Amino acid sequence: MKIGIAGTLESNDVLITVRESDTLKIDIHSVVDLLFHDQIDAVIRKTLAEKKIDKIEVLCEDRGALDYTIRARLLTALKRMEAV
Amino acid sequence: MNRSYLFVPGNNPSMIQNADVFGADAVIFDLEDSVHVNEKDNARSLVRDYLATHPVLPKKIVIRMNAMNTPFYEADLNHLLSDRIDAILLPKARRDDIVLLTNIMKQICSKKRLIKPINIIALVDLASSLLEVESIVAIDGVEGVLFGAEDFASDMEIKRSETGEEIFYPRARIACACKAYGIEAIDTPYTDVLNDEGLIQDAQKAQGLGMTGKAAIHPRQIEAIHTVFSPSKDQILWARKVLQALKEAKDKGLGVFSLDGKMIDKPIIERAKTIIHKAHIYGSVTHDE
Repeated sequence: MKIGIAGTLESNDVLITVRESDTLKIDIHSVVDLLFHDQIDAVIRKTLAEKKIDKIEVLCEDRGALDYTIRARLLTALKRMEAV
Repeated sequence: MNRSYLFVPGNNPSMIQNADVFGADAVIFDLEDSVHVNEKDNARSLVRDYLATHPVLPKKIVIRMNAMNTPFYEADLNHLLSDRIDAILLPKARRDDIVLLTNIMKQICSKKRLIKPINIIALVDLASSLLEVESIVAIDGVEGVLFGAEDFASDMEIKRSETGEEIFYPRARIACACKAYGIEAIDTPYTDVLNDEGLIQDAQKAQGLGMTGKAAIHPRQIEAIHTVFSPSKDQILWARKVLQALKEAKDKGLGVFSLDGKMIDKPIIERAKTIIHKAHIYGSVTHDE
């Protein structure tokens, strides 16, 4: 199974793990889940759509990252998955 | 003219998201030493997305790329060259590397259809680079030289000291070369971030040799750097007196005049004008003063 990991569990960062999958599955664990779960989910879905990816498993362990950090980490994780 | 250049590690979201609030005249997003070799891709992506989407950016944006003898530099340029950045800082800068970099940047900027010119700041941190500094500053598009004392000392196999006597020569040579071409001479960062007095003394030495600004490795260093590289109140007062005396002398038809018993000639008048000009730029005086 192909896998890609990017980011950290430091404050203001996010650790993104992506795995090959037959379906789309997004699992979000955030320190600000109550307020920002939907926004984080939207950033992930938008980034995947840009890359025309509709079948993948994304694990997002968020420590208060801003949108561009989530997007950047997700893109790097996807690239790393391709390289594996 | 920029007094402070704050280094921000390219893979640190906490620092990056606050880069615009520290008050530095320029921010250097670092893809080189502060980023582990396995994290270069992460850093490039993070800085690129920050620059593309953050609503407020620092006044001046510089990217420290990886050196031309590494496998990382091409990806750095391809990912980071954009209309959002002002300059590229090239480590281990040699004359031939800068010429090559200039050509590569032209090609990428043309391919990306960038509008804004992106300049180069040469990081002089090798003895061989220092010997080429006069030809480096003459290259079109080089807007400044940043002196890297720690790597320079390693290259020279000399110890760094608190007094900085061992870097007198490179500082003076860089400052002189930059002045001759009207570009910025940026001093090496002071690495003891908790020693405020040491930072001020170090910055004063650099400023006294003609350096125009200084790099910072921590936001708490910015205020002291700004103080040292801005005209002081006494200097502004003196400059105003000189320019007032000049006006009075002109009204009287005098070519040469004196102030407080000292003859005032062209170089002194020019110095006074430069002080007032800098004071305006740095906000030390208001325009109606």
